[in-house]
Amino acid sequence: MDLLKSIAESLEHGDDERVHALVTEAVAAGLPAGDVLNQGLIAGMGVVGEQFRLREIFLPDVLLAARAMYAGLDVLKPLLARDGVPTAGTVVIGSVQGDLHDIGKNLVGIMLKGAGFEVVDLGNDVAPERFVDAAARSGAAVIGLSALLTTTMSVMKDVVDLVKARGLKARVIVGGAPVSEAFAKDIGADAYGFDAANAVDRVKALAAGA
Amino acid sequence: MRPLLERLAAGETIVGDGAWGTMLMARGLRPGVPPETLNLSSPEAIEEVAALYLDAGADFITTNTFGGSPLRLRAYGLEDRLEPINRAAVEAVRRAVGGRAYVAASIGPCGHVLKPYGDGDPDEIAGGYARQLEILADAGADLVIVETMTDLTEARLAVEAARRAAPDLPVMATMTFDRTRRGFFTVMGVTIAQAAEGLAAAGADIVGSNCGNGIEAMVEIARELRACSERPLAIQANAGLPESRGGAVVYPETPDVLASWVPALLAAGVRVIGGCCGTTPDHVRALRAAVAAAPPAR
Ligand code: B1M
Repeated sequence: MDLLKSIAESLEHGDDERVHALVTEAVAAGLPAGDVLNQGLIAGMGVVGEQFRLREIFLPDVLLAARAMYAGLDVLKPLLARDGVPTAGTVVIGSVQGDLHDIGKNLVGIMLKGAGFEVVDLGNDVAPERFVDAAARSGAAVIGLSALLTTTMSVMKDVVDLVKARGLKARVIVGGAPVSEAFAKDIGADAYGFDAANAVDRVKALAAGA
Repeated sequence: MRPLLERLAAGETIVGDGAWGTMLMARGLRPGVPPETLNLSSPEAIEEVAALYLDAGADFITTNTFGGSPLRLRAYGLEDRLEPINRAAVEAVRRAVGGRAYVAASIGPCGHVLKPYGDGDPDEIAGGYARQLEILADAGADLVIVETMTDLTEARLAVEAARRAAPDLPVMATMTFDRTRRGFFTVMGVTIAQAAEGLAAAGADIVGSNCGNGIEAMVEIARELRACSERPLAIQANAGLPESRGGAVVYPETPDVLASWVPALLAAGVRVIGGCCGTTPDHVRALRAAVAAAPPAR
């Protein structure tokens, strides 16, 4: 399984062209798209996330790795659909109103796509109504909120409240640097994700009805 | 007023102002609204905050133009308001201080990560800063503060733009560092030594750090800066790191806490001391008193 390891390593180095080539090679060699995704791309991205958390690497490296992940996903996307890997469900994500930070949210989106979710990304500075409308329209199982400012965290509660007021079934997960498990509980959110990989685990659990 | 750099050369310590965002929120700024629009919609709020900081003893008052670069304004569809927004910002502070403090033109990050990591085009960013700075200088700013930078390339573009667009104004440039297990770095991976050298090479007269840390970490940062820079140093600390208490955001460091570290900052060679997020006129008043109580440098 050296090929999968090479894919992970190339992703860690942010080498998008090599990731594209290796994923293409792996697929041609008959490796299941799901394995390439999980043991290649997602494994690599997990390492990148952890290294960033410890500041062994910095934001530029994370952004290059994200681009490499996209390069790999481009190859896998049609195959995952063809292999009949069922979509894991729909997730609506966005950075909350007043918040222009979107790098972390984008990473969460990439990882969710990687994990087979249909992702509706509303971008940044998203008003509570837009989250709720999009979730209702797409039948999303989960709404993911990101906030990087202590001043915009409070908007997350507005979204949670609106979801309840509208009687939506969608569950809400929150994340972002100033957000914590305790805060998530405080505002009545269903889950907290501390990084992109963790967010995927939590979203999977929510989508499965946990 | 005697020129800033002369006062620094003569051994004087300069006191800056404190946070603006929280002060403006208390005066009607709503989340999601770019703070710079208040320069046009309620200049009296700007004057009020400027007057409070002047009264607290600040030697310079920062303009409400941190996000006033063309690229940042574009994110809100306000790029065509570049000129009035930036001009009104300087004019409001000038009216409030009436020559009793320097008007410091604030320049913040452009909001785009530079190529190849993001989509930011260096020429466009530099050109944007130059346009903003021409307006700020023309409206009567006395100095330029490039602040809260994490990318050294972007910071240098801003400092160089200031040098070209406003050649007569002194430039202070400060970056934001995070403490890691391997020492201080910006989130983009810039070390203190790289910042000190790069900012000075780009033409900054004063170098330093603002935001991201409470006062204690800032003393450490100042000492490291001193070890690798001859320039006058500037430190504008947060009132600690924000904590969420029962839904409300609280900055834990009181004016007394901040002031208690002034002797350590002075000993580390810091010559410009001010506040960043979470600081108030009371913090500035305490800093001013602590600076006044300290023996003069050299
Ligand atoms: C759905 O479920 C989930 C689950 C997990 C989730 C999740 C959702 N969302 C995130 N996660 C988690 O997974 C991700 C991957 O591990 C992680 O995401 P993160 O987003 O945490 O991590 C990213 C991968 C990398 N981190 C980042 O991308 C943020 C980096 C820093 C440097 C930062 C940046 C880049 C920017 N900024 Co701003 N900025 C800072 C940041 C300082 C720092 N050193 O971190 C911070 C966040 N900014 C701050 C501030 C104050 C501001 N910024 C502002 C502007 C900007 C830029 C536009 C210049 C730029 C954003 C560019 C962009 N397109 O996103 C202004 C506000 C604009 C606005 N209205 O939003 C401004 C107000 C002005 C200023 N002082 O710069 C500070 C916030 C203080 C606070 N706690 O309130 C800040 C900590 C800087 C500081 N030193 O003080 C996890 O949190």
